[in-house]
Amino acid sequence: MSILQPNASVRGLPNADPRVASSGFKLGEHHDPYDPLDVAHPAAPLSRHFHPYEDNGGTVLSVSGGDYTIVASDTRLGSGYSVPTRYVSRVIKLTDKAVLASSGMHTDIAILHKVLRIRLTQYRHRHRKEMSLEAISQLLSTILYYRRFQPYYTFNVLGGIDENGQGWSYGYDAIGSHEKVRAVCSGSGQYLLQPVLDNQVEFRQMAADPTRKELQLEPCVELVKDAFTSTCERDIYTGDLVEICRITAKGVEMEKFELRAD
Amino acid sequence: MNTPESARGGFCFENAIRNSVLSANGYKAPTARKTGTTIAGVVFEGGVVLGADTRATSGATVFEKNCQKIHYIADNIMCCGAGTAADTEHTTQLIASKIWLHALATRRKPRVATALSMLKHMLFRYQGYVSAALVLGGVDFHGPHLYTVYPHGSTDRLPYVSMGSGSLAAMAVFEANYKDGLTLEDAKQLVYEGISGGIFNDLGSGGNVDLCIITADGQELIRGYAKENERKYRRPGGYKFPSGTTPVVPGSEKFKEQSKDFALVTEQDGMDVSA
Amino acid sequence: MSILEYNGGCVLAMAGKECVAIASDKRLGVQLTTVAMDANRIFRMHDKLYLGLTGLMTDIQTLDQLFRFKLELYAMRENRLMKPKTFASLVSSTLYSKRFAPYFSEPVIAGLDKDNKPYICSMDLLGCVAEETEFVVAGTCAESLFGTCETFYKKDLEPDELFETVSQALLAALDRDCISGWGAVVHIITKDGVQTKELDGRMD
Repeated sequence: MSILQPNASVRGLPNADPRVASSGFKLGEHHDPYDPLDVAHPAAPLSRHFHPYEDNGGTVLSVSGGDYTIVASDTRLGSGYSVPTRYVSRVIKLTDKAVLASSGMHTDIAILHKVLRIRLTQYRHRHRKEMSLEAISQLLSTILYYRRFQPYYTFNVLGGIDENGQGWSYGYDAIGSHEKVRAVCSGSGQYLLQPVLDNQVEFRQMAADPTRKELQLEPCVELVKDAFTSTCERDIYTGDLVEICRITAKGVEMEKFELRAD
Repeated sequence: MNTPESARGGFCFENAIRNSVLSANGYKAPTARKTGTTIAGVVFEGGVVLGADTRATSGATVFEKNCQKIHYIADNIMCCGAGTAADTEHTTQLIASKIWLHALATRRKPRVATALSMLKHMLFRYQGYVSAALVLGGVDFHGPHLYTVYPHGSTDRLPYVSMGSGSLAAMAVFEANYKDGLTLEDAKQLVYEGISGGIFNDLGSGGNVDLCIITADGQELIRGYAKENERKYRRPGGYKFPSGTTPVVPGSEKFKEQSKDFALVTEQDGMDVSA
Repeated sequence: MSILEYNGGCVLAMAGKECVAIASDKRLGVQLTTVAMDANRIFRMHDKLYLGLTGLMTDIQTLDQLFRFKLELYAMRENRLMKPKTFASLVSSTLYSKRFAPYFSEPVIAGLDKDNKPYICSMDLLGCVAEETEFVVAGTCAESLFGTCETFYKKDLEPDELFETVSQALLAALDRDCISGWGAVVHIITKDGVQTKELDGRMD
């Protein structure tokens, strides 16, 4: 729980055997055979590992329809079996057309959001316009990959409206690999939420039906509320409140919705 | 050597060699379901009140939202369990049956101290590997009793106790509000507040508050004394999957009628134990 | 890697109105290699009682044989069928008797009792029973199944609706798990009989 194994997604080749395929990358387990001080000797101190990472849980999602995107995150901050705080915001409005939500380790989330805000302000001053959703998605990937070997322990979803007025969502791993999709979620409730979105937003498991319509904004908000309610029934790191951002041509609107508190 | 498995007592180790070979080859032994729990008990004038939450977890996932953690030992003794769920369940069941046999043999109402000795002997024998942390309470000939039993077999006897991952939250409430000579209503309220503290402040605990009141007149188990974590929202209209939504492999459909050979058991078929 | 994930696979059971569904995928793998697409992990104990087993396939098959044996002895001795709840106790105590050298399998039990009331329960590998009134899940995509069932479940579904709900919940979860899938099978147990259907899901 407290040790990072970044789980970099390897396309087509998931890490089958953690002993072999952990990409040689487990923090605190470096051993240099040529370093005279780094001796793997029975008499050497048992542990001088530094575990700089902690998972604070939380679930984030982004769902896009034709002309809207919904970005949402719960507000519980967990640590082990305790709840340091019940209200912490994990969503950040980047522009009027882009919202980012991040789960993972909260300090890294705070820093990542700060870095992004600085980069977007610099861009606005240099170019006298807001950065587009597409550009933000690439910038975030670059910022994450810049820390390839000591990553931000964050799992991000980015949602917004592109320059054609079309809603899109982007899902990221911790080191910047990303994908442009209709619906994505990340964090502690990822495995509970994602199949529901696949089924209800993309109708993946249903027989073809020409009369079926794309989900509109308000039914989609109801779906998000229900999916979060379901997730916090079963995931102990999700709960308390969920912040739901509607991103439309009119801008960003945020709603708070109550979840269970146990 | 050829005794059938069912006739032998104790645990069976026939898979032990295979399992140790598997774990030597790097296949991790799986984790059992835990009850990251808040359980507690308080003595009042004339009895004890026991309390528990109702969440069972496996890692970060809730496997049961409304499980019963207050187990039956005898009509005048109950036992709350925390730790590995299978261990608490089966240990209390075993002791319940031993207590019943003991009561029949001695022709006396079981005493709490007897159950306590049986539990601590059992747990001590298994050196903590049977990981059950228990709160044992009851009323007998000597009056109300409340004990805790740790997985290694050590025990405590106190007027107010708590156990499990939420024990600190519950104990904080008890330390602040406990007084000697509580009335039944005050004791119920105190246990409820303690368990609530665990439910809301410990992520391993959750769901409802169960209470059990034991007095010289008998016991009352109140499932769902407080239900403060019911589901708050359902999508209006719900989810509709009309017939034909799911693609079915053509020709795979089979229908097997219920056979009439045997009937399922009915209540009259119960074993006659009256004699 | 946990030994429970060595062969992959999952089982789901859901209660309806005087009916109960039990469903599973059909993959048998050796870690990431798929070796069979017709694996069976749901076993008929009697007409109103089905047992689903997830985990290590060798233990699944051993347990199936063991429980069938025990049930047949019971049927011969008692001249009646075992109640689902009694069967759950039998499974539970069998698994717990091997507390320190367990079978690597998590069972799911689905059946109808004498009033055709649904009975469902799941267990961990040590035999800790979790009786539920709505649904139970087990296997490598248990979390995803929890997510879909928690969202799609409705009270008192009729057999046809129950079939669609269970199928959608199962397929949606299977599609996000790379060591389960390759087809699925759903049994709907009613007082008249057992309807079995195979689902046309993703085969990758």
